Amino acid sequence: MKVSHRHWLAIPLVAAALAPVAWAAVAPVRYPSREEVFEIPKGTWARRMSGDKVEILPARINLVLGVRDVLLLRNLDDVPQVFGPTVMMPGQSFRLPFEVASSYTFACTAHASGQMTIVVEPQPLSAWMRLRWRAITLWNAVA
Amino acid sequence: MRTLVLTTLLVASASSARAGDAPLKAGVFDPPRVAPDFALQGSDGSELKLSRYRGKVVLLGFGFTSCAAVCPVTLGTLAAAHKQLGVLADELQVVYITVDPERDDAAQMKKYLSSFDPTFVGGTGTEQQLAAVRKEYGIAAEKVAGPDGSYTHSSFVYLIDREGRMRALMPYGHAADDYVHDLKILLASP
Repeated sequence: MKVSHRHWLAIPLVAAALAPVAWAAVAPVRYPSREEVFEIPKGTWARRMSGDKVEILPARINLVLGVRDVLLLRNLDDVPQVFGPTVMMPGQSFRLPFEVASSYTFACTAHASGQMTIVVEPQPLSAWMRLRWRAITLWNAVA
Repeated sequence: MRTLVLTTLLVASASSARAGDAPLKAGVFDPPRVAPDFALQGSDGSELKLSRYRGKVVLLGFGFTSCAAVCPVTLGTLAAAHKQLGVLADELQVVYITVDPERDDAAQMKKYLSSFDPTFVGGTGTEQQLAAVRKEYGIAAEKVAGPDGSYTHSSFVYLIDREGRMRALMPYGHAADDYVHDLKILLASP
């Protein structure tokens, strides 16, 4: 069987294309911080009082164990605010770690549904999970 | 002798907490604020004030006695944690405040909470009183339309330290072991 010159040239190209996928599947997932941070900026209350609809905390937050599994809320405004599941004083932060993959629902009057859901996914330990996690992260970054 | 055992346990807990510098399992407030005081009708027949328990660690939750799903699980977990604390259990007070004043009078609260742990204290009052307390603590509660008069409500539990500061918030679903872990850290503080 003879392999044409063009086929030989294609091999490094295919290898180069597959290399990032292989890396994404094999390399351990690391993140600079395990905290997913949401902040109420200074002046938010005043903006709301003037009629602005200010949405800071999404109704659904996705976290991943071992990668990004700590919710950190900060109230940088000058007045107490209902933020996520609780009331937070000016300058106060609330740091909530998760250790079990599950869906957590909190009553939250800041959302129209009256609820906030935090979905905590398992740690991406297998090649497929790492690949999936990186694909979703990339998609979220460009979307 | 009992005091000696208690002191030894507290010192041991304090040492291990310092040595490991273990973070709490619950969500932590930084800086912690003073938990707002309230005056409600207690299930023990006396006025229920949070400040009455200064010097103890308080677990503060909100719910109602007809709750079919959330409250029995939470109270069962708190009862298990209370039991696991052993001699340290005297240093802990569980306070449960109703969101359903229509059905939960002091006698009903006492009967219900005693089925989990006789040391648990319930709080009830007028709708206005309870709404004011909920607002201070950021508790959501809403009556669900229907014949059974059920409520949706915040299901977490506040952890209040000996000085009356709201240190942390434990979301629904955590096991008794997680409460015990955090309570030992809080109880280790003088």
